[in-house]
Amino acid sequence: MTTDAKTPRLRRWLGDNIGPLVLMPTLVASFAYVVLFSAWTLWLSVSTSTLLPDPTYGGWGEYAALWQSKRWTVAYQNLFVFGTLYVLGSLIVGTLLAILIDQRVRFEAVWRTIFLYPLAISFIVTGTVWRWIFHPQTGVELALHDMGWIAAEFDWITDRDLALYVVVITGIWHASGFAMALILAGLRSVDGDIVKAAQIDGASVPRTYWRVILPTIWPIFLAVAVVLLQFAIKTYDLVVALTQGGPGVATTVPAIVVFDLMFERGQIAQGAAAAVMILVALGCVLIPYALYTRWRTRREESRHV
Amino acid sequence: MSETGHIEFDPLSTGSARRRITSKAIVYGLLGVFAAFYLMPIVIILANTLRPLDDIVRTGFIAWPTDISLSYWGEAWGTFCIGGQCEGVSRYFKNSLAMAIPATVISTALGLINGYVLSKWRFRGADLMFGLITLGVFLPPQMTLLPWAYILGSIGLSNTISGLVLVHVVQGVSFTTLFCRNYFINIPDDLIKAARIDGAGFWRIFRRIVLPLSPPIVIVAVIWQFTGIWNEFLFGTIFTSGDKQPITAAIVAFSGSGTGERHYNVEAAAVIMAALPPLFIYLVGGKYFVRGLTSGAVK
Repeated sequence: MTTDAKTPRLRRWLGDNIGPLVLMPTLVASFAYVVLFSAWTLWLSVSTSTLLPDPTYGGWGEYAALWQSKRWTVAYQNLFVFGTLYVLGSLIVGTLLAILIDQRVRFEAVWRTIFLYPLAISFIVTGTVWRWIFHPQTGVELALHDMGWIAAEFDWITDRDLALYVVVITGIWHASGFAMALILAGLRSVDGDIVKAAQIDGASVPRTYWRVILPTIWPIFLAVAVVLLQFAIKTYDLVVALTQGGPGVATTVPAIVVFDLMFERGQIAQGAAAAVMILVALGCVLIPYALYTRWRTRREESRHV
Repeated sequence: MSETGHIEFDPLSTGSARRRITSKAIVYGLLGVFAAFYLMPIVIILANTLRPLDDIVRTGFIAWPTDISLSYWGEAWGTFCIGGQCEGVSRYFKNSLAMAIPATVISTALGLINGYVLSKWRFRGADLMFGLITLGVFLPPQMTLLPWAYILGSIGLSNTISGLVLVHVVQGVSFTTLFCRNYFINIPDDLIKAARIDGAGFWRIFRRIVLPLSPPIVIVAVIWQFTGIWNEFLFGTIFTSGDKQPITAAIVAFSGSGTGERHYNVEAAAVIMAALPPLFIYLVGGKYFVRGLTSGAVK
């Protein structure tokens, strides 16, 4: 019987290759997702697609058109301003909170829970709630009027020059707890001896943190900054729920332009080009960081050996 | 998190009594101010789920609630009209559950097995494959929208919850594989070797050794996946419409559209409902939530 001879061999083969075999479905899916989807979108960005995808090659003109459109350049500028302030703001607030909690406060878990809960809430809920608070017809301005301060004005969200800062504040509210959690973990890992030495030398508490403790955990700041920058580049939901990119294009970010071009304006090729530019921006942040961490681990490993 | 570092360093109990009191006051004062800033939005929205509409329209969201009523919660859940359908957000809430639960279970299960293979049954090229899978964590969703739209359409899953499950499983499995692989790598290889010498095979070792050690990472993965998928908006709003949308897309559909009369109290209740499941998970599993955060972010 041939099957008898075959079965053990097949079983043996299966047994020897069980690892790759089990991994196969994920691998196929990941390959399709990461490689094919990227190539697909890249191809569409140089195609003649408009309302429907069309694989005919059309050249790189859509990239030029994209960078000439005011909406896109504004969106990119907004991303720079938002990204910078959002990352710095979250880091500063997060550091301050982490240092405060690090003072052996009572009910530490309660404080931590309060500062971190925004992270569990979606950008949609966050944006909707803060829109109500910031909007002059429903939020702070109206409340100030009711309290008798008739001249009070707080209309940043409808002001072209200030609306972006509303997005920044809301973003910081959402993300600073995350920065706090990681920085606090870092503070707790600092060697107690160097801290004591600084204390004995007579350094004050703020000075000890600024000069001794915080510099030793700078890799954590870098890691948090990279993660937050990644969030910033992908930001979409928050702006949709908070300002819908307005007033005008005041808070439009690249991800919103992608959506509009692809699904509202029927300019699929240009939308794909915009998506590729988001990927490029992410690459500019992540690739140097990945290379750097690799270099650092290698150096540490060679030191230990 | 353990206090390994400066356990003996307690700056607040140094110096004179007066200085100690001042610094304590500063620390707790600042913490209080920040806590108020963080809690304010949720308190305001909760209060407005109980207030009559004309009251909110007149005085805005930031006002002391007077005529309190719980009826707006019921309206938001069951009878509020969204896009011509008067079923409240219950339908969208269930959509989100029907999307997030299977996607979480499948992606976590796959992640466990993948992590096991990539850490304990390594083969040539395993590291490269791990790299490829984890790239999925970073790929911006904008790059995947058109291909997904095409694929979902051609396999008949556009505008279905199953389609969203598929999208989230493919995206989520890169996270769960990353988590699990980095967790299993710490299981001593000797444990696996000993079991192999005893004649245990791939699945037996997985069931008897790896799975019993997995609960912490399973909790992390489940929390992370469920929260992320429940809160996701972009895929939901693009690949589904009407009564198939998850709750995040539905919230934007009714509270973002500027036309028609606003029902702030009902909308506030609906927003709270959209926030509750992840919040609940966060409050119950907070420790693991933070752990997932640290391992997911730093690695």
